[in-house]
Amino acid sequence: MTLQTVSSLNSSVHDARQDVVRFVNVRKTYLMGSEEVHALAGVSLSFRRGSFWALMGPSGSGKSTMLNILGCLDRPTSGQYFLESRDVSSLSDDALSDFRLRHFGFIFQSFNLIPQLTVRENIELPLYYLGWEAARSAARAEELAERVGLTGRLHHRPNQLSGGQQQRVAVARALANDPVMLLADEPTGNLDSVTGEQIMQLLSELNRQGKIILMVTHEPDIAAHARQRLYLRDGLVDRMEGEH
Amino acid sequence: MRQLRMARNIALGIKNLLLHKLRSVLTMLGVVFGVGSVVAMLSVGEGASKEALERIRLLGSNNIIISSMKPVEEETGSGGRMLRMSVYGLLYEDETRIRETFPAVSSTVPVKLLRKEGRLYDQTMELRMVATTADWFDLVQRPLIAGRKLTARDVKDRANVVVLTEHGARRLLATQSSIGQVFKLGPDYFEVVGIVKNESGPAGGVQTPDQEVDAYVPLTLARERFGDISIRRTTGSQESERVELHQMIVQLKSTDDVERVASGIEAMLKRFHKKVDYKMSIPLALLREAEATKRRFNIVLGSIAGISLLVGGIGIMNIMLASVTERTREIGIRRAIGAKRRQIVGQFLIETVVLSTVGGLIGVCIGVSIPWLITYFAKMPTVVRLYSLVLSVGISMGVGIVFGLYPAIRAANLDPIVALRHE
Repeated sequence: MTLQTVSSLNSSVHDARQDVVRFVNVRKTYLMGSEEVHALAGVSLSFRRGSFWALMGPSGSGKSTMLNILGCLDRPTSGQYFLESRDVSSLSDDALSDFRLRHFGFIFQSFNLIPQLTVRENIELPLYYLGWEAARSAARAEELAERVGLTGRLHHRPNQLSGGQQQRVAVARALANDPVMLLADEPTGNLDSVTGEQIMQLLSELNRQGKIILMVTHEPDIAAHARQRLYLRDGLVDRMEGEH
Repeated sequence: MRQLRMARNIALGIKNLLLHKLRSVLTMLGVVFGVGSVVAMLSVGEGASKEALERIRLLGSNNIIISSMKPVEEETGSGGRMLRMSVYGLLYEDETRIRETFPAVSSTVPVKLLRKEGRLYDQTMELRMVATTADWFDLVQRPLIAGRKLTARDVKDRANVVVLTEHGARRLLATQSSIGQVFKLGPDYFEVVGIVKNESGPAGGVQTPDQEVDAYVPLTLARERFGDISIRRTTGSQESERVELHQMIVQLKSTDDVERVASGIEAMLKRFHKKVDYKMSIPLALLREAEATKRRFNIVLGSIAGISLLVGGIGIMNIMLASVTERTREIGIRRAIGAKRRQIVGQFLIETVVLSTVGGLIGVCIGVSIPWLITYFAKMPTVVRLYSLVLSVGISMGVGIVFGLYPAIRAANLDPIVALRHE
């Protein structure tokens, strides 16, 4: 029954092995006082390798909840979430932390760099928790900095950088663990349009290199960079655009 | 590898603490003063009790000391020129009796004290004559400076020989060649055969008969020459006493027998003496009492210092809670990236332990210098013991863990989603 729902959502030439992420009737219910609020009211969908989704919808439509569940920061109230065909919907806190560490990279609207650490240390943060040796992670940080166009800024502190540069650091940090999927929450929200455009170019390039990207945004201009668009309304999938 | 990681974690903790130098220093102060006061108080307490304990130990823990004591008299000398003679104290036969009754006794040393004037040419000085046997020098350790001590033969031969203490020898014999010098002591001439060290340290609670300028002579000789009667002249009256022995030291073969033999001797003396004209002191009992006092003292001091450490710990907890709130966002970022709860706990715990350990080490430095200052300025003895340093640094680390745990757990239990949204 659920499997049918999934396949009906996808194109007829659906190949299940291409699905990295699969939601099966995922619900998230909050209690606001005595009232139940359905942030997600039964969402079923799947993301394939190489997709670039823009997640859109009015506020309160469940975008953030979906992002949190996708990123293993939160667990669904009911339903299943398969990540690379493993059910992660009821894992322990430690196991979820481990999934985040190995499979995801987060990019936030407000960059969320740790101010007392240098650029290099910020990029190295996931590697630190992965237990990499200092020399190896330093080399990796340099390589990533170069890739996002931050060569020579490794010893700066975040507050010595412009917004665009800070977001590049965040992207480098999100890439450090070589994640399957990048989760971006309004990555250009705090940037002017030119820098925002540059960040979007960077994300598009990363997508071309094979990363799945899921990006929450309000702005149609930004959403236009994505290959697929997913519209949420009242906790349900409203419509989907683009080849998927 | 694991050690390297730990080193990195500690380095990170230190880095975070250095970010707020003033705050870290102020947070540390509580522990600094807590530990400082623990170390200082314990060392003052140790110093105070060490002196008493050493003095008692010097008397020998398997000795019983019986001293003659003038009993409280019913009739008081009512004016006029009264000639009275008080007879009291230990008897020569008490010594024999004790030695022969108790098999646990290894030796007894009788002591007779007399005041005599020493004279060498025109030099005079009042000496306390300690008439005793050769065993005295075995019981009371006195390092020999020159010559020899009294021997059993001196006692047997009633030889006119004297052993002087250092002070007396220096003042009386100053320019003369000391050993072999003959000087007048009372009505008689004595040959100096040896010089011993004075007892070290100032006068304490338990009296030993050689704190002043003492002249040790064979008991047999003193008994023959000076008898048992001493006359003291005071204005208007003349008092004479007849005391056979002023003190007797009973040495036992083992410490275990002390209490049993002491009560035996007491019962015996009670039978043969009409009045209580003696006093027994048992160094072992005094030692135990002093040790108990020291323990109580240490507990009181320790509790006071412990309270100050507690206050220090609460200070740390308070600041760490503030720090957790301030760094909520950082915690959220770390959790989102994939840090596990226990890694967050570890991060914050390391910071508190670093704070409290560094505070503890500074406190030890202060705690060691305060006793030094006390000794230097107040001339009070202090003893800094290693155990108090180890103890207080250990306790301060414990304080760091105990009071750091709650803030750290609170940090780790933050919902990463909420923490990320925190402004």
